[in-house]
Amino acid sequence: MPAASSKELLKGLAGKDPRAIGKAISMVENNADGAADILAGLDRERIENALVLGLTGPPGAGKSTLTSSLIRALRKHKKRVGIIAVDPSSPISGGAVLGDRIRMMEHALDRDVIVRSMATRGRLGGICASAGAAVRVMAASGCDVILIETVGVGQSEMDIVRLADITLMVLAPGFGDDIQAMKAGLLEVADFLVVNKSDLGGAEALCMDMKQIFAEKEEESNIPRVLQTIASENKGITDLLASINAFADYLQTHNIKKQRRVKAMESETLDWVFEMLRPRFSRQLQTQTEQQQTDPRVRAKQLIDETFKR
Amino acid sequence: MTTPYRVLIGKPGLDGHDRGAKFIARALRDEGFEVIYTGIRRTAAEIAATAIQEDVDVVGLSSLSGAHLRLFPEVIRELEARGGGDIPVLGGGVIPDEDKEQLLAAGLRAIFTPGTPAATIIESFRDACSQQ
Ligand code: B12
Ligand SMILES: Nc1nc2c(ncn2[C@@H]2O[C@H](COP(=O)(O)OP(=O)(O)OP(=O)(O)O)[C@@H](O)[C@H]2O)c(=O)[nH]1
Ligand SMILES: [Mg+2]
Repeated sequence: MPAASSKELLKGLAGKDPRAIGKAISMVENNADGAADILAGLDRERIENALVLGLTGPPGAGKSTLTSSLIRALRKHKKRVGIIAVDPSSPISGGAVLGDRIRMMEHALDRDVIVRSMATRGRLGGICASAGAAVRVMAASGCDVILIETVGVGQSEMDIVRLADITLMVLAPGFGDDIQAMKAGLLEVADFLVVNKSDLGGAEALCMDMKQIFAEKEEESNIPRVLQTIASENKGITDLLASINAFADYLQTHNIKKQRRVKAMESETLDWVFEMLRPRFSRQLQTQTEQQQTDPRVRAKQLIDETFKR
Repeated sequence: MTTPYRVLIGKPGLDGHDRGAKFIARALRDEGFEVIYTGIRRTAAEIAATAIQEDVDVVGLSSLSGAHLRLFPEVIRELEARGGGDIPVLGGGVIPDEDKEQLLAAGLRAIFTPGTPAATIIESFRDACSQQ
C-alpha cells in the first residue's frame, strides 16, 4: 500500500478504522515522516478521558490471561478497549517473538478490541519508547480503556507506573524470590496487587502478606487494593474491575489523575529530549580521537559545555 | 538503526502441528524480525484481522494436515475484505507439488515444503517485506 498521508490516517482514526490505527502506530513507532503530524492532530479530549491501566509482574504470573479476562468484562460494559502488549527484543538480533496476543485471540474479531504487540527495541524500563504514543493513538481512535501489558519484570522496570493512570502488579503463588526482590521497588508504587492463580496453594498466605504491605493504601482510599483472581477461570474479575473503577473515580475526584498525567507527559518529554540528542552526541564522540583516557563523567560535561556554551 | 520488519505467523484450521511454525518464528526473530505468532487453530478471519491490527508487512501461513487449498486462499480473501489485499502471503508445510501451482495462482507469493533451508525462507520473507 502506498504510504498513507497523515491526514488520511487521522481521518481513519476518528472513524475507528483498524488499518489506520495499525498504520498510525507503526508510523509513530518507527518515527516515520508524518509521525509528528499524527501525534499533533490526535483528539485531545478522547485522550484525556481514556483510562490507562498498566499490568506488570513477573514472567508467567498470568498478565496476558488476566488482560483477556479484563477485556471480556470491559466489553460487557460496552467499553471499547485497546491493548498494548510488550515483549522484549533480543539484544543480539534485535528481533522478537511477540506472543502475549495468543491468550487474547478470543477477541480477534471484535471490532472494539484493538490489540497491538510491541517489542522493547532496546528500551530497558519494561515497556517500549513508543508505548505512550501508541496509547494516545488508541485513545484518539475511541478506546475508552487502554491496557498495557509490560514485559515480565523484576524490580526496576518502573516505566509503566509513569505512563499508566493505574498500575496493577500481578503476582502468583510460587514467585517467592521475585516478590521479595520487589518489595523495595514496584510493589511500593503499584496501585493494585492482584494475586492471580488463586486456585494454587499458597495464594491465601501471599494475599495476607500483601495486604499488610498495602494496609495504608487501602485505608487512604477505602477501596480494596489487594485482590485475588483465577484469570484462567475468569474468577474474581468482576470484583477486580469494580475496585479499579472505584479507584479511577477516586483519582478523578481528587484531581490525582490529572497530576499523574502532567508528570507523565513531562518525563516522557524529557525522555524524548535525550533520545533525540543521543545521535548528535554519539557522532561528536566518534570525532574525538584523543580523549579516550578522560573519565567518562568529565568527558560528558566537556561535551555538553562545548555544545551549549555559545 | 534500521526499523525491524514485522511479520505474522499463523496456523489456520484445526491442524495442531506447530513445530514448523514455531521454528520459522524463532528463525525470523534471530534474523531481526518482529514476529507475531497467533497460536494454533485460528480461523482465516482471525488471522486476517490480527494482521491488519498489528500492521504486519507479511503474513506467513503454516499447514501440515492437508487443508491448505481451502484455508490459504481464504486468508487472502479475508485480508482483501479488510483492506489488506496488498499484504503478501507466504505459505509452508506439507503441501504436494500439484497444489503449489493452485496456491500461487490464488495469490500466495511462495510456498515452502519440508526440507527447505531456513535461510531460503528468511530471504523470501525479507524480500517480501522490503517491497512493502
Ligand atoms: C511431528 C509430527 C507430528 C507431531 C506434531 C508435534 C507438533 N506439536 O508439531 C504429532 C505426533 C503430535 C503429530 C500428530 C498428527 N499427525 Co503428524 N506429523 C509429524 C511429522 C512426522 C513431522 C512434522 C514436523 O514437526 N516437522 C518439523 C518441522 C520443522 O517441519 P515443517 O513443519 O514441515 O516445516 C518446514 C517446512 O514445511 C516449512 N514451513 C512450515 N510451515 C511454514 C510456514 C511458512 C510461512 C513458511 C514460509 C514455511 C513453512 O518450513 C519448515 C522448515 O523447512 C510429519 C511428517 C513430515 N515428515 O512432515 C507428520 C504429519 C504432518 N502428520 C500427519 C498426521 C496425519 C497426523 C495426525 C492427524 C494423526 C497421526 N496419524 O499421527 C495427528 C494430528 C495432529 C493434529 N492435532 O493436527 C501427516 C499429515 C498428512 C497430510 N498432510 O495429509 C504427516 C505428513 C505424516 C504422514 N506422512 O502421514 N504429528
Ligand atoms: N492455575 C492457573 N494458571 C493460570 C492462571 N492464569 C494464568 N494461568 C496460566 O499461567 C501461564 C502463564 O500465563 P500468561 O498469561 O501467559 O502469563 P504472563 O504473565 O502474561 O507471561 P509473560 O507474558 O510470559 O510474562 C499460562 O499457562 C496460563 O494458562 C490462573 O489463574 N490459575
Ligand atoms: Mg504475557
